[in-house]
Amino acid sequence: MVIVFQSKPSLLAGGVVAGPLEKRSIFSQYFDAIYDDERWEMKTNEQGHRKMVEEACEFAMKKAGVKNPDIDYFMGGDLVNQMTPTNFAARDLAIPFIGLFSACATSVSSVIVASLLTEVGAANFSLAGASSQHNAVERQFRYPVDYGSQKPQTAQWTVTAAGFALIGKHHEEYPSIEAATVGKSIDYGMDDPFHMGAAMAPAAFQTIQSHLEQRNQKIYNYDLILTGDLGQLGLKLLKGMLVESGVKNEELTLLRDAGAEFYGQDESFQSGASGAGCSAAIFFSYVIQQMRAGTYKRVLLVATGALLSPLSFQQGETIPCTAHAIEITMK
Amino acid sequence: MEKEQYKKLEQNVTPKPPYLKNVAKAFFVGGLICTIGQAVSLFYMIFFNFTEATAGNPTVATMVFFAMILTGFGLYKRIGQCAGAGSAVPVTGFGNAVISAAIEHRSEGLVLGVGGNLFKLAGSVVLFGVVSAFFVGLIKYILVTIGVVSW
Amino acid sequence: MVMSFVFAFIVGGIICVIGQLLMDVGKLTPGHTLSTLVVVGAILDGMGLYEPLIDFAGAGATVPITSFGNSLTHGAMAEAEKHGLVGVLSGMFEVTSAGISAAIVFGFIGALIFKPKGNID
Repeated sequence: MVIVFQSKPSLLAGGVVAGPLEKRSIFSQYFDAIYDDERWEMKTNEQGHRKMVEEACEFAMKKAGVKNPDIDYFMGGDLVNQMTPTNFAARDLAIPFIGLFSACATSVSSVIVASLLTEVGAANFSLAGASSQHNAVERQFRYPVDYGSQKPQTAQWTVTAAGFALIGKHHEEYPSIEAATVGKSIDYGMDDPFHMGAAMAPAAFQTIQSHLEQRNQKIYNYDLILTGDLGQLGLKLLKGMLVESGVKNEELTLLRDAGAEFYGQDESFQSGASGAGCSAAIFFSYVIQQMRAGTYKRVLLVATGALLSPLSFQQGETIPCTAHAIEITMK
Repeated sequence: MEKEQYKKLEQNVTPKPPYLKNVAKAFFVGGLICTIGQAVSLFYMIFFNFTEATAGNPTVATMVFFAMILTGFGLYKRIGQCAGAGSAVPVTGFGNAVISAAIEHRSEGLVLGVGGNLFKLAGSVVLFGVVSAFFVGLIKYILVTIGVVSW
Repeated sequence: MVMSFVFAFIVGGIICVIGQLLMDVGKLTPGHTLSTLVVVGAILDGMGLYEPLIDFAGAGATVPITSFGNSLTHGAMAEAEKHGLVGVLSGMFEVTSAGISAAIVFGFIGALIFKPKGNID
């Protein structure tokens, strides 16, 4: 069921920080800070990951002129075991906190929960977002980062980035959240952890279709439908599914994917970018800024997440995926 | 869209691995690593007291040393991305598997991290090498005992 | 002398090509591929075929991981010949120590001096 927000909570600010390799992102000009050290001068990747989360949150708060005690809730997650980077960042931020895991779809699931808290009047301000640090995530899900395995063309590169948004009561000058769809967990039997786009595309398709249907909208009613991290191949598959369901070809140009575009056309990244920080970084920098500039009036953000673990993969399980969507408008 | 239909779409969209290019790169890089190995063993034969039969051991150790340097500077994974099996199959690939795991798990300490995870990738190679050597040796022993073959 | 390099290049290259085909066509992970090659090396030595390959190709046969299976088996069989059944177990690491001990020692040293890097070039 689609959630329609009567009070239309607003995205008051976004904070995005990224690692050294993310200088190559075609979106890097929209980020608040890019660090030269992938560990943020900390001892371990995980500590750097934590620092990254804190700094993204601080940028978001600074832009809106609020401080930690003003924030009622902190919603977020990452991909490391038990989400310790975000949990530890919550310790240092000292804001009431609920950790959320929707893999790379956490960037949107966290905003949905924060918007609901705003809607029922439980929160004036909340921080919501997600993050990923390449080294910490790769060792978790695949191989040590220095292991020389050959990645296929279907593989995606986990970004080092954190993106957090400050969500508050409706404000006309800021992009506002009109509606949201919480996705089901969809499994089309894909089982290749080096081909996540193919596993996630059906989840994105179902969430988009159900959102449009229940909102009584067509794709062309939006200025942009931006998925999270399907990558170039996953985006192709999503478009293929949409065409099959009767969507016209000219509408497909309104469909873009943050993962496919993140690093431009650079082939060293294979099918593109992924990771919880990928969609969060683009949604809470580029999208918010473009909406405030008036480039887009109505946007559908669809974050996709592959709900696998190394354990489930090794035990021969397929990869269930989810996609959560928020509809954002700007007067 | 049904799962079956999606599977077909997925197979149409997903590019096949560039078989020929991959094989050519594996052959070239793998061959090159073995040629370097040949030069190293020649070095041990000329400058130290090794024979063709005994030069294998110091050669392998030296190749693993090269693998450590390349892995430490983040170069082995770049070679691996290009060469695939060409850099995975030589003993340098075995070294890379051990050393990359060691570097990765340093953050959890020398005992629990490095010690506990050193063979997390290469362990299967040791396991299957030892077990298959055991059974091959056993079978040979039985065959010799019953007089089918001789040592 | 020059030919020994050529043979090492060709034989080593071919063994790597077999590995590549196992990965690309056989869809095996690197771990499965290397395990398979090690078993193949052990079996070839059991049939007495690996030593001639080393004589012919030198490092082309000793550097690929197949030689690991070969030398384990070789040690096992050599000891079995001398000491009977128990030699199968005790002889295994007699010849193979170099690769494993080098990997352990250099792994330890590597862990002390290097840090993991998420670079792409």
